[in-house]
Amino acid sequence: MSILVNSESRILVQGITGKEGSFHTSQMVEYGTPVVGGVTPGGAGKSVAGAPVFDTVAAAVEAVQPNVSIIFVPARFAPDAIYEAADNNIPFIICITEGIPILDMVPVYRHVKDKGLRLLGPNCPGIITPGEAKVGIMPGFIHERGPIGLVSRSGTLTYEVVDALTRAGLGQSTAIGIGGDPIIGTSFIDALELFQADPATEAIVMIGEIGGTDEEDAAAYIAEHVTKPVVGFIAGRTAPPGKRMGHAGAIISGGSGTADGKIAALNAAGVNVALRPSDVPGLIRDARSA
Amino acid sequence: MFTNIRQPEVLASYRIPVNAGRVAETPAEAKAIAEELGSAVAVKSQVHTGGRGKAGGIKLAKSPAEAEAAAEKILGMDINGHTVHKVLIVPAVDIQREIYLGVILDRAQRQVSLMASAEGGVDIETVARETPEKIVRVLADPYLGLHAWQAREVGFALGLDAKQVGQFADIALKLYKAFMETDATLAEINPLIVTGDGTVMALDSKMSFDDNALFRHADIQDMRDLAEEEPTEIDAKASGISFVKLTGNIGCIVNGAGLAMATMDAVKLSGGDPANFLDVGGGASADQVANAFTLVTADPAVKAILINIFGGITRGDVVAQGIREALGRVQVTVPIVVRLSGTNATEGQAILAEAGITAVDSMDEAARKVVESVGQAA
Repeated sequence: MSILVNSESRILVQGITGKEGSFHTSQMVEYGTPVVGGVTPGGAGKSVAGAPVFDTVAAAVEAVQPNVSIIFVPARFAPDAIYEAADNNIPFIICITEGIPILDMVPVYRHVKDKGLRLLGPNCPGIITPGEAKVGIMPGFIHERGPIGLVSRSGTLTYEVVDALTRAGLGQSTAIGIGGDPIIGTSFIDALELFQADPATEAIVMIGEIGGTDEEDAAAYIAEHVTKPVVGFIAGRTAPPGKRMGHAGAIISGGSGTADGKIAALNAAGVNVALRPSDVPGLIRDARSA
Repeated sequence: MFTNIRQPEVLASYRIPVNAGRVAETPAEAKAIAEELGSAVAVKSQVHTGGRGKAGGIKLAKSPAEAEAAAEKILGMDINGHTVHKVLIVPAVDIQREIYLGVILDRAQRQVSLMASAEGGVDIETVARETPEKIVRVLADPYLGLHAWQAREVGFALGLDAKQVGQFADIALKLYKAFMETDATLAEINPLIVTGDGTVMALDSKMSFDDNALFRHADIQDMRDLAEEEPTEIDAKASGISFVKLTGNIGCIVNGAGLAMATMDAVKLSGGDPANFLDVGGGASADQVANAFTLVTADPAVKAILINIFGGITRGDVVAQGIREALGRVQVTVPIVVRLSGTNATEGQAILAEAGITAVDSMDEAARKVVESVGQAA
């Protein structure tokens, strides 16, 4: 078991013939991910890494029945790509694209939610269930199948922690990157709920960073609803207020969104927070043996 | 990076009643503007920071001569690390009430919110922290926007009378429209005032804009006050690097924003002090690394550089070649410690070792080594 994607998933790639889309499609297929097709307007009849290309999502739905779509479309056109996936009722939509105007995401988020579908991202690395499906841009080889569920707002920092877990012999059930933008489709709470319900996940790692109140909200949720051990890491203890640290959402404003505030909220919910990414495996061991 | 602009022009273009003034860059200009306005004036520093009143950056002047003297004092003043280059001269007004009015993005609700407080003129963040019950909020519908009745509801909640509520709602709806149409992340009027004769108008305003949307707002690009921004941060933006200058002496070059923050934290935990936040982007190409070296070494405080690259799909040997190539183009005289992980990391480390660069496998070890190298240099 795992969450959201597995070897039975039927994955569609929107923007499959672009530079990013074609490169990562090859990487995903090489990993063994079940990619069933792709979409590029005007691309019908082509194929990328063995996956047939269609002009529209509707044509792809008719021909290959995808149930997950991953989007590599440039920022200006990405909201339209999400609407196209949603209007064709793809249940799980993953948007990798970075740089989408924030206000464009307000109606997109509501539309996807109103239709009862799930959006992951934007500005995220995607999701991987090791050994089954890599639906994103993460390096597959650092992952190992196992009992740890991992959820993160970051990309390379997630790889850092996954690598540390794998080296320590702690494989992952699923690792999910929720994205660094201010408005994202799947929150920490959504991911925690899924991991709590997943029989294959025995402990959870949550990697947050400065900005917003998602980690604080997650802490309150953990205290109420999560019985599995959770270990945290929060990046940006040394970040100054009022400055955006790379990610559009990573900014401390008016004393809210600080790393210390998030760490305190998580500690209060019984979550141990690692000082260094390399401390995560040890804390997981402690939490599981406790 | 969002661009912060104090912009009465934006409000005026949406026909929001503003206590109109003009900007002066010299005391003589301030005097001339005060003469034209023909009344008592307020001389206000124009810098991108809060707490200007407290710092002495706002002064009242009864005559043009007093305005000149006030401008003389304020121009060149340092307010929270920002040098004042411009002052705004506005007619002094009879203020009955001061209100805070803002349009913000409510991240938790994933909606745009209209926010107001009866405590205007002071820092809204302080109000939010200390007396959150004084803040009134409504959420705009993601498809339909902000309704007039919602704006009126906020006005009545602030205790305005019916006539003032009409003016207030009109201003609130225009501010919401300005926020949406300019792709702002913040639009605030602080204070919004009620004068002795019951007129509601904006005294001061601040807007921040979404960099991701600047491609469709050439007009806002033009309004950016580059003199108010950190020069290296502007250069970084031009080369697609996220860079924030800090006060320490260890330069950091990292791929990925989250890892870049974690790297700064690791330097601190090892007893060092980071000089910057820097994300070169996922691939860490020779060009980007060269640009990063230029940015980091521009700071004379930098005594050592830590490069932290988690290779992932990008191969470690390619990154290492890139670093060597970048070093051939940019003169770097301080010690460099590289942490390289991921595919072909060992080959990459060997390539760097040949060039006499310390290359290690773990981030903790790299942080320790770079802090040590600064200790030896001192």
